Amino acid sequence: MALPMVKVENVGMSFDTKQGAFVALRDIDLTISQGEVVTLIGHSGCGKSTLLNLIAGLTLPSSGLLLCDGREIAGPGPERAVVFQNHSLLPWLTCFENVYLAVERVFGQKEGKPKLKVRTRDALALVHMDHAMHKYPHEISGGMKQRVGIARAFAMEPKILLMDEPFGALDALTRASLQDELMNVMEETGATVVMVTHDVDEAVLLSDRIVMMTNGPAATIGEILKVDLPWPRRRLDLAHDAKFVDHRAALLEFLYQKQLRKAA
Amino acid sequence: MNAATLAAKPLGTPSLVRMVSTVSADPQPQAVAATIEEVPPKPVRAPGVALGKRLLPLTKAIVPPIFGFALLIGVWAMVAMKGSIPGPLQTWDAAVVLFSDPFYSNGPNDQGIGWNVLSSLKRVAVGFGFAALVGIPAGFIIGRFAFMNSMVSPIISLLRPVSPLAWLPIGLMVFKQADPAATWTIFICSIWPMIINTAVGVQRVPRDYMNVARVLDLSEWKIVTRILFPSVLPYMLTGIRLSIGTAWLVIVAAEMLTGGVGIGFWVWDEWNNLKVEHIIIAIFVIGIVGLALEQMLILIARRFSYGNA
Repeated sequence: MALPMVKVENVGMSFDTKQGAFVALRDIDLTISQGEVVTLIGHSGCGKSTLLNLIAGLTLPSSGLLLCDGREIAGPGPERAVVFQNHSLLPWLTCFENVYLAVERVFGQKEGKPKLKVRTRDALALVHMDHAMHKYPHEISGGMKQRVGIARAFAMEPKILLMDEPFGALDALTRASLQDELMNVMEETGATVVMVTHDVDEAVLLSDRIVMMTNGPAATIGEILKVDLPWPRRRLDLAHDAKFVDHRAALLEFLYQKQLRKAA
Repeated sequence: MNAATLAAKPLGTPSLVRMVSTVSADPQPQAVAATIEEVPPKPVRAPGVALGKRLLPLTKAIVPPIFGFALLIGVWAMVAMKGSIPGPLQTWDAAVVLFSDPFYSNGPNDQGIGWNVLSSLKRVAVGFGFAALVGIPAGFIIGRFAFMNSMVSPIISLLRPVSPLAWLPIGLMVFKQADPAATWTIFICSIWPMIINTAVGVQRVPRDYMNVARVLDLSEWKIVTRILFPSVLPYMLTGIRLSIGTAWLVIVAAEMLTGGVGIGFWVWDEWNNLKVEHIIIAIFVIGIVGLALEQMLILIARRFSYGNA
């Protein structure tokens, strides 16, 4: 087994509200190894995004400890890149400039401009966006924006890549092609990834392990499913794969039997 | 807003023209058309209809304002017949004389209307420039730090409703001269919208962009230049547009009080000379200059509004 990249130890998270403290997460223990792809799945409101934000350092835990590469996570930083759900590209910068901003921050101290530009172009080529790199975000489609968001994150060569429902806002076909592309990129780079999703197929297709969260408030890890499918994976081959179908069934069972949300 | 609809409407119609022509250029109907002689008139008629439709929005845009101005001039002429106010024709004749030599200069109290407008604009520019220099950075600081916001906002709330002319005596006392005192009132009236809009803009920077900045761990300088400034710019330009509007309102009143050369002083001077037609001309000139300033800033603002990303 590879080295642990992220360790979450006995983490709890509560927010202060007018009605008193709201406990979002409790007793979270999770270790993510280097090169591993872990997805967090659960019904909405189960705190999966909160857990991701804790790893990102965008929020700090009320109790417990988070470590990244042996060091305590005390705030956000470029070694933990985040792909946001709504892409969060800066609208006044072109795709190239958006990625360059990240590249410059991470490598600007050591490398000259030409090298930084090469890095930016490579990152955009990785997600097949090099043809539109001088366009502004409002000139490209939602799927293309999300690709640029992914390119920005990969260009930083982070220790771990955090993705918050990265394909949630996309239509099914675009989502599938981006998932395939993400799989390719993950294989090429051997990235460690934590991804939040509510899509069962996406979880099984992309993960080494699936962390299933119980319903909130005071959500915690319900079950962890190890996805026993060899890489590289291909969507079409897996559709009839017995293991894939089993994993999928296990997830559905968890989500719709054990953690069925009371009708809202 | 009016300019936007004006520009948008004529754009809509050419597509209609194109639709008509593509229908007639479709290969299949053409093959049939070759055998039937009566078809050709159709494409000839189609552009005619399209031309009419294209002119319609234009007439819609132009005719009502013409009626409006005609009404204004009509009412003006009627009022002028009954009272002592010069009528449109009389004013027009005076305007022709006035604008035939706008840049004469017979000493400080008798200069052409061009000089008067320019010196008013200069005062506005200087006062407004200082206000931008102080107000925009102040707005950034107030928007960025909650403590500063709570500290300064009661003061702003107290001072903002005060007429800038109330500050004129203070200006006269401090600067001991009329000209910088007038500029000072412009400074005072321009600074509030600039501070408030910049601060609001800073506070409304989308959280997502700030999260990007946090994840990238950008330096404060990069945050300001790459995220805050571009994101706040549209708000800032709104502040600038509002302040230049008020500045142009205030300068006329301020110059009436301080004297010297300027459009406001000129209005007062012509009142003392009982040249009422010149006062009416001045009203039009002030209106046109104000409109031009506003439109200029709307154009600049449009340049810096980013599409919905």
